[in-house]
Amino acid sequence: MDIWSTLNDTFLDWESMKAVLPEMLKVGLVNTLVLAAASVVLGTVLGMIVAVMGLSRRRWLRWPAKVYTDIFRGMPAILTILLIGQGLSPITRHWWGPNPYPLGILALSLIAAAYIGEIFRSGIQSVEKGQLEAARALGFTYPAGMSLVVIPQGVRRVLPALVNQFIALVKESSLVYFLGLLASQRELFRIGQDAAATNGNLSPLLLAGLFYLVITVPLTHLVNYFDRRLREGRPAEPEVEELVHADHR
Amino acid sequence: MPTTAEPVAVKAASLELAGIELAFGNNKVLRGVDLAVPAGQTACVIGPSGSGKSTLLRATNRLLEPDAGDIVLGGASVLKSNPDELRRRIGMVFQHFNLFPHKTVLDNITLPLRKIKKLGTEEAAVAARRQLDLVGLREKASARPGNLSGGQQQRVAIARALAMEPEVMLFDEATSALDPELVKGVLALMADLASAGMTMIVVTHEMGFARQVADQVAFMDRGVVVESGPPEKLFTAAESPRLQQFLSQVL
Repeated sequence: MDIWSTLNDTFLDWESMKAVLPEMLKVGLVNTLVLAAASVVLGTVLGMIVAVMGLSRRRWLRWPAKVYTDIFRGMPAILTILLIGQGLSPITRHWWGPNPYPLGILALSLIAAAYIGEIFRSGIQSVEKGQLEAARALGFTYPAGMSLVVIPQGVRRVLPALVNQFIALVKESSLVYFLGLLASQRELFRIGQDAAATNGNLSPLLLAGLFYLVITVPLTHLVNYFDRRLREGRPAEPEVEELVHADHR
Repeated sequence: MPTTAEPVAVKAASLELAGIELAFGNNKVLRGVDLAVPAGQTACVIGPSGSGKSTLLRATNRLLEPDAGDIVLGGASVLKSNPDELRRRIGMVFQHFNLFPHKTVLDNITLPLRKIKKLGTEEAAVAARRQLDLVGLREKASARPGNLSGGQQQRVAIARALAMEPEVMLFDEATSALDPELVKGVLALMADLASAGMTMIVVTHEMGFARQVADQVAFMDRGVVVESGPPEKLFTAAESPRLQQFLSQVL
């Protein structure tokens, strides 16, 4: 058997790609973007709350943040999505019917918040202690000093890591497929998979992969852009003189 | 270099520290510090590393809460009142400037004016520019702190503190992190402020500044003020052996 023609039939069946393209664009791409965007927003908000709790001086705030992070970072995403998406749907179906999206978004956001919380926490912790001290010396309260001075600097430093997390979310959004989707709810992966099954080759899945790349590759360039800007915008290293004097204290 | 403009009128208050004690765990850093600075006067605090000088400043505006003793500002104890309110009356300048690097020079000064003093954007900008004039840096208003020299950053930090119209200014080794050629400008600005009648506590290694500008010099060692008095007396007729030894090392 000719290897080349086998591969060609499997991956490069232009006809099946062309057939699924409109649905990919109008249904799959839209749904993937909705899932990813909603989870990015909710996950970032929750992540910031987890980070601030984790940095609190109060143990009863720090402790739940730590447990939360351990749980949602430690379990496989697919398991969390099934537990929440299927487990809670008997309760939530009273509110919005059997639509798997709200719980899918919730599960994706809860998982993302665990990672994003750690990203924010490390960024906020990397801000020099003198910044909060200076803010407090001017008369800012602790919450005002954190939100106006420390957190904006910390977030800036972790923008690259944050965008990486967004990329992961775009890809993980495909996992909601395990919750069972109506035709109109299918996202990129599911549409590719369905078309692959009907056509008997993987070309539609390859097309789905290309769509994911169209979303994620620009994001990786955004990471690089932030990274470059951070490096260039960073203030000069302390001069030798300064270090000598600092030792002198 | 500072400053051709006339310093603004300051509303200085007297400051009295009485029996201040402060410990980090078992480490007693301040063991009953007394220091009284009449309104409009400058006290310089000198002493070896680890003697508690910087900690004393942080206890004064309650960035570190004293374990015992009293802080009397303008004749009234401020140890029981809201520490945020207290800090709005006391300006502080740090060794490493601690400007907010994500904000422009102007925004460094307007941020507390807008958020704490509740000035409008325009009003805050006008007040901030006036302070920048006083430290000779109006043309740097839209620069980022990272693009200024250390001396310029420290002058902005002083302007930021002064914009809040404090009654007392605290300086924590304000020139220790500066290149030698930049020290003079900052010291001159501090001297101007002292002669304008600000109440100041200046922790410093600059003995020349202490000698010329201070009304009173306090020598700290191991968490207490060992000896204090007018500079001419302290620098020429030190009584305690520890101060004599310290002066022999630094002068």
